[in-house]
Amino acid sequence: MADETKKTGEINNDVNRRQFFAKLGLGSLGIAAAGTAAFAYQYLDPNVLYEPSPVVNAGKPDRYPLGSVTIDVNSGIYIIHSDEGYFSLSAVCTHLGCMTAWKPELNIIACPCHGSKFNEEGKKIEGPAPKPLPWKRIWLNDDGDLLVDRSTDVPALAQDSFVRV
Amino acid sequence: MAKTIDQHFDDLRGTRVWRSIFRSGTGSSTLKRALAIQQNVFLHLFSTKVRTRMLSFSATWYLGTLTLGTFLILVATGIPLMFYYHPSVPQAYADTKDLQFVVSSGLFLRNLHRWSAHAMVFLVFAHMFKVFYRGAYRTPREFNWVIGVILLLMTLLLSYTGYLLPWDQLAYWAITVGSNIASAVPVIGEKIHFLLLGGNAVNANALLRFYVLHCMILPLAAMFFVAIHFWRIRKDGGLYSHDSEPATLRAQAQSGAAANVAGAKEGQ
Repeated sequence: MADETKKTGEINNDVNRRQFFAKLGLGSLGIAAAGTAAFAYQYLDPNVLYEPSPVVNAGKPDRYPLGSVTIDVNSGIYIIHSDEGYFSLSAVCTHLGCMTAWKPELNIIACPCHGSKFNEEGKKIEGPAPKPLPWKRIWLNDDGDLLVDRSTDVPALAQDSFVRV
Repeated sequence: MAKTIDQHFDDLRGTRVWRSIFRSGTGSSTLKRALAIQQNVFLHLFSTKVRTRMLSFSATWYLGTLTLGTFLILVATGIPLMFYYHPSVPQAYADTKDLQFVVSSGLFLRNLHRWSAHAMVFLVFAHMFKVFYRGAYRTPREFNWVIGVILLLMTLLLSYTGYLLPWDQLAYWAITVGSNIASAVPVIGEKIHFLLLGGNAVNANALLRFYVLHCMILPLAAMFFVAIHFWRIRKDGGLYSHDSEPATLRAQAQSGAAANVAGAKEGQ
């Protein structure tokens, strides 16, 4: 039978027993390797993080006099009391994540790492930073404390981005 | 008559215990000396015979060997440092201070580790410049150049991960900046940043991950590639391959030109 097919020149796609088991074995190893890779990725990707809450209590509004820019270095935010009301800026530089600082003598926010400069509304003045400092959601809770959600950006200078007391 | 020290050593090499460990045996014949290299698990990576010219200072400036030397110093000093260092947020900085001021010889070990790390980065670059400007990356050594680039990457990653471990302001902000550079990778950048730090910011998870990378994963990977790197030196014809020497290349070019002239004459 096999001889006949050879004679007629047909391509024999059959695999013999040895080839079949070799393919089965290699295929199983491939699937096991893919499973191990998926397992390793899931293992290294933490499901629970013991990081501080993104919501920060900034205290009573009267702590911040009109026209002041106040940094909280532990949470990395500014609370700014302007004529339009209170608003919050991220203090983390948009370039490579260093903590910026308010320079009262120059009226700018400056980054010590690579020299980016921003104004008190977060707008970029100069430096390698690609984007302005983002505004963060700010509101008053029932006790009259200012709360800031660091995980939520809000549009700059929008009505809802200010808290008025 | 009393035996000389050399004779005592020869007796030692002839003992059954010694012969069970080192099979090549005594004697200084060419064969015995070749066997001493070939039958040693560490030395068998290298050629059994080398030309003396290959070992001259001018051939390599010993830059690769010196790099290995700094790596061995880093292993030898890094392991004792691990006995006093806890990779945890409350303890890491205090342990570094203790190593500096309290632990006997801690200052010496830590400084030796630090200076060797700086020296290793410098020597790796110097080695690669030397190889590049001498054209030693060319055929048949292309693959060993690729291994060398991987080893450069290993060296830089070892430097980077070790930089976080003192857990001071310099370390914290350097790793903040460096990991933010990683998040500039298109599409998967943020994921790489998250997996590298084990979170969204440089914190306890990041310190532990960098410690494991610095003390286990990267040194083992580096040793693996160093072994291939040394083995390939032999496989690619030694440090001073006859085929790639300028004189050989000139001779080949001339004989090739002569053959072309001869061929042209026959053609007529």
